[in-house]
Amino acid sequence: MDEIQKTLLEQIAGLHEVPTGAYNLRINGELGGRNTTANIDIVPKKDVSGIDIIIKPGTRNESVHIPVLLSQTGLKECVYNDFFIGEDCDVTIVAGCGIHNGGDAASEHSGIHRFFIKKNAKIKYVEKHYGSGEGTGERIMNPTTEVTIEDGGYMEMDTVQIKGVDSTKRVTKATLGENATIVIREKLMTHGKQTAETEFTVDLNGMNSSANVISRSVAKDDSHQVFLSRVNGNNACAGHTECDAIIMDNASVSAIPEITANHLEASLIHEAAIGKIAGEQLIKLMTLGLTEEEAEAQIVNGFLK
Amino acid sequence: MLELRNISYRVEQDGIVKDILNDISFTIEDRFVAVTGPNGGGKSTLAKVIAGIIPPTEGRIILDGEDITGLSITERARKGISFAFQQPVRFKGITVKDLITLAAGKKLSIGEVCNYLSEVGLCARDYVNREVNASLSGGELKRIEIATVMARGTKLSVFDEPEAGIDLWSFQNLIRVFEEMHDKIQGSIMIISHQERILNIADKVIVISGGKLSDIGKKEDILPGLLGVTGSCSRQR
Repeated sequence: MDEIQKTLLEQIAGLHEVPTGAYNLRINGELGGRNTTANIDIVPKKDVSGIDIIIKPGTRNESVHIPVLLSQTGLKECVYNDFFIGEDCDVTIVAGCGIHNGGDAASEHSGIHRFFIKKNAKIKYVEKHYGSGEGTGERIMNPTTEVTIEDGGYMEMDTVQIKGVDSTKRVTKATLGENATIVIREKLMTHGKQTAETEFTVDLNGMNSSANVISRSVAKDDSHQVFLSRVNGNNACAGHTECDAIIMDNASVSAIPEITANHLEASLIHEAAIGKIAGEQLIKLMTLGLTEEEAEAQIVNGFLK
Repeated sequence: MLELRNISYRVEQDGIVKDILNDISFTIEDRFVAVTGPNGGGKSTLAKVIAGIIPPTEGRIILDGEDITGLSITERARKGISFAFQQPVRFKGITVKDLITLAAGKKLSIGEVCNYLSEVGLCARDYVNREVNASLSGGELKRIEIATVMARGTKLSVFDEPEAGIDLWSFQNLIRVFEEMHDKIQGSIMIISHQERILNIADKVIVISGGKLSDIGKKEDILPGLLGVTGSCSRQR
């Protein structure tokens, strides 16, 4: 790894070197390193680009890192990764993509991640996206996440995109069985002329299944964001989606709720709030000695923390 | 020392000119100065004029001999003016510790943050990592607001009705906080208040009514008149 790649890795995975435990490192479309453990196997796909991550039933307190780094300008790739999480597992999966584009051609990474979470398995999935580089070439990321959670399964998904991604369309679909739960937290910041579209669809099919989708975002400069959350309550279930956005400068944000109750015992809530930073918040921090710019930065950092 | 010279704040609304503040002059060089008077009389506007939040339409503000009338909120804060809001502001994501650290303007240990919170009667452990958001009650926010001003430790601290909403916490503690602040910093504290017990610790009492300075003097001279008014009301009942 060169310095640029090391920086990308630190930004998306908080790692300074290759991680311990199971990992698959993809650099500029090539394998940058792989490690498997007794419980976690990583098998490359034969028909398309991508890997199968197979976690044995009952695996606990283990983690898998699968970072993707792109530092070659103009590279476009589409990767299919499938995760098979065995029954009663309790594991953490850290994915993420960092693009450094120093040239004029667009670099693009599309990742299609499918999760098959077996009965009573619990996973935490962390996904960070980051872009850098002085080139005029666009940095494009289009992550698709498809999740199937069997009875009693649990997934917590933290998805973060704070800087440098010019265009993104983020699609997440989840189908839940009986007593299954999904919690999705999204943090997003766009600036310049960036666009970000987020689309969550959750089908609450099992009895007592539940979903909580929370999005916090900041749109600066001339950027544009669209947040769509669709929750279908097809059984006795609980669903909550929340979008909280700060707009600055000439930015715009749309929040589109779509909650559908197809069952009498389905309880669904959607909340959305979009607005600029409150003037009194800026004034309060300025009375503490901060400049207006410093106050703004503190408020945004806190909001996305 | 803070000096207000002929401060006026005039607004025009629907063609009608209104004097919110009208030719107010006084100095603050004492330990405690209490500003009192009827609601809507201009007290909070006066505090905001001092903090730089509202620019006066006429008059000068002098801090330690320097004319600060044209200075921004930030510049005045850095010159040593602190302001505790009557209605504290909420922030999503900013914790109590973050806010007190920003107020202090330097890194604080957890122990130091906790000391400030304990001073205002909050069990520090329960609050230090909480967000300053809508989950806190009005009374809790008021105490955190006071703690931020303590953490700043500037030569002039202005409190806008600090007693509102903190009923459960005794006034005696609030007064002790003001006294300790003065002992530590040797600065001046201006308190907007209606509370007799707070007016009682003041070295100087200023009465603002209808946008004008209607009385100023030592508490011994001012309070009997103010309390006499209250007394006559209760006699009427």
